[in-house]
Amino acid sequence: MIRPEAPVLLEIRDLHASVADQPILHGVNLTIRAGEIHAVMGRNGSGKSTLSKLLAGHPAYTVTGGSVSYRGDDLLALAPELRARRGVFLGFQYPVEIPGVSNLEFLRVATNGRRLEQGAEELDTFAFEDLVRERLAVVQMDPAFLERSVNEGFSGGEKKRNEILQMALLDPLVAILDETDSGLDIDALRIVAGGVNQLATPDNATLLITHYQRLLDVITPDYVHVMAAGRILRTGGKELALELEDRGYDWVDAELAALAPAPVEVG
Amino acid sequence: MAALSMPIAVAAVSSWGSELLKTLEVRVSPEPALAAAQQRAAQALADRPLPSRRQEAWRFTDIAPLLGITTALLPPATTGPATLPRATAGVVRLVLDGHGDPLAGVSLPTGIEPIPVADLEALLQETATDRGEDRGATGASNHAAARAGSEPPWSGLLAAASAGQILALRVRGFVEPTLELVSDAASAEGVLPLRLLLILEPEARLELLQVHRAAGASLTTVLLEARLGAGAQLSHGLIGQGVGAAVLLADLAIDQQPGSHYAFTSAVAGWALSRLEPRVLQSAGGATTRLRSLQRVYGREIADQHSQVRFEGPEGELDQLHKAIADGAGRSVFNGAVAVPRAAQRTNAVQLSRSLLLSDRARIDTKPQLEIVADDVKCAHGATVSRLQSEELFYLQSRGIAAANASRLLLRGFCGEVLRELPAAAAIWQPLAMVMAEEASRP
Repeated sequence: MIRPEAPVLLEIRDLHASVADQPILHGVNLTIRAGEIHAVMGRNGSGKSTLSKLLAGHPAYTVTGGSVSYRGDDLLALAPELRARRGVFLGFQYPVEIPGVSNLEFLRVATNGRRLEQGAEELDTFAFEDLVRERLAVVQMDPAFLERSVNEGFSGGEKKRNEILQMALLDPLVAILDETDSGLDIDALRIVAGGVNQLATPDNATLLITHYQRLLDVITPDYVHVMAAGRILRTGGKELALELEDRGYDWVDAELAALAPAPVEVG
Repeated sequence: MAALSMPIAVAAVSSWGSELLKTLEVRVSPEPALAAAQQRAAQALADRPLPSRRQEAWRFTDIAPLLGITTALLPPATTGPATLPRATAGVVRLVLDGHGDPLAGVSLPTGIEPIPVADLEALLQETATDRGEDRGATGASNHAAARAGSEPPWSGLLAAASAGQILALRVRGFVEPTLELVSDAASAEGVLPLRLLLILEPEARLELLQVHRAAGASLTTVLLEARLGAGAQLSHGLIGQGVGAAVLLADLAIDQQPGSHYAFTSAVAGWALSRLEPRVLQSAGGATTRLRSLQRVYGREIADQHSQVRFEGPEGELDQLHKAIADGAGRSVFNGAVAVPRAAQRTNAVQLSRSLLLSDRARIDTKPQLEIVADDVKCAHGATVSRLQSEELFYLQSRGIAAANASRLLLRGFCGEVLRELPAAAAIWQPLAMVMAEEASRP
């Protein structure tokens, strides 16, 4: 939903970043307003996963220039846990398995941290169980997964559903979903995408990081950005994703070659 | 300087050893059977050098904390059972102080009875510490023969030589309450030797929780021998809560008949030096053994776990998981020996060691030691040593959990995998708080 008057939630300005002294982002600009769904597409190594992890505060990435403001505050100055509590959510491409930590306890601790920040009451174990059982429906998840260790022994599809369940509980203002479609079969993709659609409101925004058009068949983006060599090369509507699907990424290379000097690609 | 200091160190060690032996001479049981067993063990001890890092079995384990302990026996308990948490329902607690009768005033649950003195002599002749010494004279029984080649450890001999009393119990049928054996040296100084013997008749079932606590310059040295008859089940937990200069040495010699099940879970933290030696013998194979252990070291603490499992017949099973957390300048040692001789065909054994190294000054030595001769077996082993995983930490942080809490959550998860296998009665001893406690906030 594009509304020019909607408040800006996230504003990325000329963002430069590196990992292990290797520059990866070379000046990313992106403005996200409430109610919008953005898709960032690009080849492996184009910097799109780096962008998502950097926004969530992954310690391996160093910002070397530019700024990110989140609802007017300097996002980059916040510790990762504060970003999360204030409403920035990253859905992981590879959700991490944490043996011995109960999924239910993990979800409760995380949810209560966010609720405190929102000025809501913390939920005790009983109230939380009621909430979590209601939210399970968003991703059609079996309650048995609550009793297990976080993501341990989950299939690829179950892990992604667990990510969307966390999103449903944390009620983020900006949800960044990093290759949420990877490793999903068609049924799982529909369930996960259905969850994302249900959670999208005029007050929040979604940033989808994806390689393929197929996710965008089930979640309709307002904007599609094509990323290459650490910057956004082109921005358009959902038709840009279809064009990419038709023409592949080769034209991106041609466009990139026209820019000089060509930055080094990172694998 | 090095050449000069070496003989001094050796002299200190041997003088501690001879002081210890002198102390032991004065403490002989009035029971002739036990006195004879003590003397045999003392003789064997005198013939052995004190442990030192020149011996393979003690290569990584510095016994310096032991040498700091006075060789006098610990006086009778000055702190009463009042300082212990109240025993929960469904638990029968025996308090061991090396002097008083642990059975005084206790009504043992149905199925457990003390072994009469008259029966002790024969039983002690064939127990683990005597094996290999007097076998010819006693007409070697099967399991004694099987123990050949596996010398009783120094700590077991020490406990056998110094314990002037023995708690010997026979178990029949399904015993409902958990049997809890507790020693608390508190802040007293000296040596607390404990000797325990459990005979589980065929099909007997028992849950046993052993708790050892100490907060002074004391040595708690325990020898526990358990024999599981065919189809018997023993679920055995051990909690070792140490503070400061305290030392714990425990030799656990378990014999299993076919069809028996032995599950042992241990958690130790806080000792200047602790060494657990569970030695399981499946004397004719065909039994199942489950071992779970957790060590946590801080400061300059040393925790050592030397386990041995030996299959003397076919179709035995072992499932072993050892975990360690090393922080500060602490040191963790694990040696997991598994012997699968030719007779032990179709053995199925899994051993895994997982250690967390939380500081640059801490040290972990972990070593699987599988000796497999039989050819039709499944034996797997693995060992990992790592830091807290930064991806796990970041994942938790990205969900709003602060870094310090995230670390604690990960450590709790790491420990929980072992602690949840302790007998339910362990909860009042708060084993999670024990292994999670920061050095400064230890009780």
